[in-house]
Amino acid sequence: MSKKLNNTYLIPYLLWIGLFVVAPLGMILYYSFFDIEGHFSIGNYIRFFTPIYLKMAASSISYAFLITFFTLLIAYPAAYLLTRLKNRQLWLLLIILPTWINVLLKAYAFIGLLGTYGLANTLLALSGIGRQQILFTGFSFVFVSVYLFIPFMILPIYNSLEKLNTSYVDAAYDLGASSWATFRRVIFPLTLEGVKSGCQAVFIPALSLFMLTRLIAGNRVITLGTAIEEHFLVTQDWGMGATIAVFLILAMVLVMVLMGRGWVKRW
Amino acid sequence: MVKKRTWATIYLFIVFIVLYLPIFYLMFYSFNKAGNMTHFTGFTLDWYQEVFSDKRLIVIVIDTIVIALLSSVISTALGVFGALAIYLTKSRRSKNTLLSLNNVLMVSPDVIIGASFLILFTLIGIKLGFFSVLLAHIAFSVPIVVLMVLPKLQEMSPTLIDAARDLGAKRLDVLMKVVLPFITPGIFAGFFMALTYSLDDFAVTFFVTGNGFSTLSVEIYSRARQGISMSVNALSTLIFLLTLAIVLIYYFFSSEMGKKKRRSGGEHA
Repeated sequence: MSKKLNNTYLIPYLLWIGLFVVAPLGMILYYSFFDIEGHFSIGNYIRFFTPIYLKMAASSISYAFLITFFTLLIAYPAAYLLTRLKNRQLWLLLIILPTWINVLLKAYAFIGLLGTYGLANTLLALSGIGRQQILFTGFSFVFVSVYLFIPFMILPIYNSLEKLNTSYVDAAYDLGASSWATFRRVIFPLTLEGVKSGCQAVFIPALSLFMLTRLIAGNRVITLGTAIEEHFLVTQDWGMGATIAVFLILAMVLVMVLMGRGWVKRW
Repeated sequence: MVKKRTWATIYLFIVFIVLYLPIFYLMFYSFNKAGNMTHFTGFTLDWYQEVFSDKRLIVIVIDTIVIALLSSVISTALGVFGALAIYLTKSRRSKNTLLSLNNVLMVSPDVIIGASFLILFTLIGIKLGFFSVLLAHIAFSVPIVVLMVLPKLQEMSPTLIDAARDLGAKRLDVLMKVVLPFITPGIFAGFFMALTYSLDDFAVTFFVTGNGFSTLSVEIYSRARQGISMSVNALSTLIFLLTLAIVLIYYFFSSEMGKKKRRSGGEHA
């Protein structure tokens, strides 16, 4: 009886899995073995290991590390301080609210904020440093990415801090640990799960976001995502684009193996 | 100690300021007579007028909403089927396989989803445009619905179904009168998430949209690439208010539902 019931529900769902999960991934792999003229070859993989592509991959990965590092640096204390507030639910909602706003609009705001005559430069001019080129640099790319990712780092860390049993912290203080030692030996290790899922939620998108590199970094930064977009939509070299996609998937799997699963992306 | 407290407050305050500054910056300058985001010379509603008289933009807004509503309704239905299928799968191994396959699209970067759907649609011969965007949005919204509905199913006591069966309910009755009412909050949450996923998506749509068709995100991207345009500012203010309204409505409904449930003494969430 329940077996039959089961089957009827499975049919549409399995169709979806087959058509939109298995088939697309299979096609990425399949296309990665075709060069731009449509001949079967492993040329794309060989090309990936030439200096141009390796340099691009290395720079994308180092940017992703930088972004993850700074996001963590800002988000952890914020999450920690949030757990000490009254009306925490309200404050948390205020952290989440900006994530509902379209990423492109936030990126667009920064074009105005960081532009030559924008707020940031006005402040710099007033402080005597003088106007700087902020937009279309690696710095602005990292800055805006960190801005976008902060809520996604705060939430998992906040959740694991909430679960933390405060009597451990009290015990550490009672036993004479300094606040730094308590943080390093007790609080941080006990909230490592949250940190891990936060880092995961930041690192992968940081490798793959491509609109930011266009809008904010002015093509000065090329991420794996930008490269894929360019091969698919600009140069129409789907084979090479698919090959880079394969490496991005591998990077993703590697991060998931290292960090454990359990995060939900928003874009 | 007092000093430590103030530093903490200042730090949090700065974080909140930075989080909201860009949004309010955009909104503030959307009323700027000068038509730029640098010097505020006077109040005007011209840019809002421009938005409402921009026929192309209005069509895009309607298209975006139609895509969002259609895709979330269809993906909610598919997602409920998926959750039921996973719930009813007895073998642990097949269950885990199904769940992992479900989560592939949740964790894949959007560029990958976009690129692979582009290949798929081209190979099957689906013309890029409204239909391909709709299909893509349905496809990437299904897993989140499954993830929202499944916990509700697991929360449900299996004796409930047995009792209904013993009392002579048919299979369809069990589904319609017992299971679905129980998991309604999950379905509602899934629908809402699917809606926001669709409205929010840029990257996947950008890949499968083709030439003639555009959604709001894609349109904002192409306008923003040409630099500052005040109609984007005005538009983003409107979107911000709309987003705020949707989120508030959602929170209101979900807390109301929670209350009702507690009152009726049902399962605790």
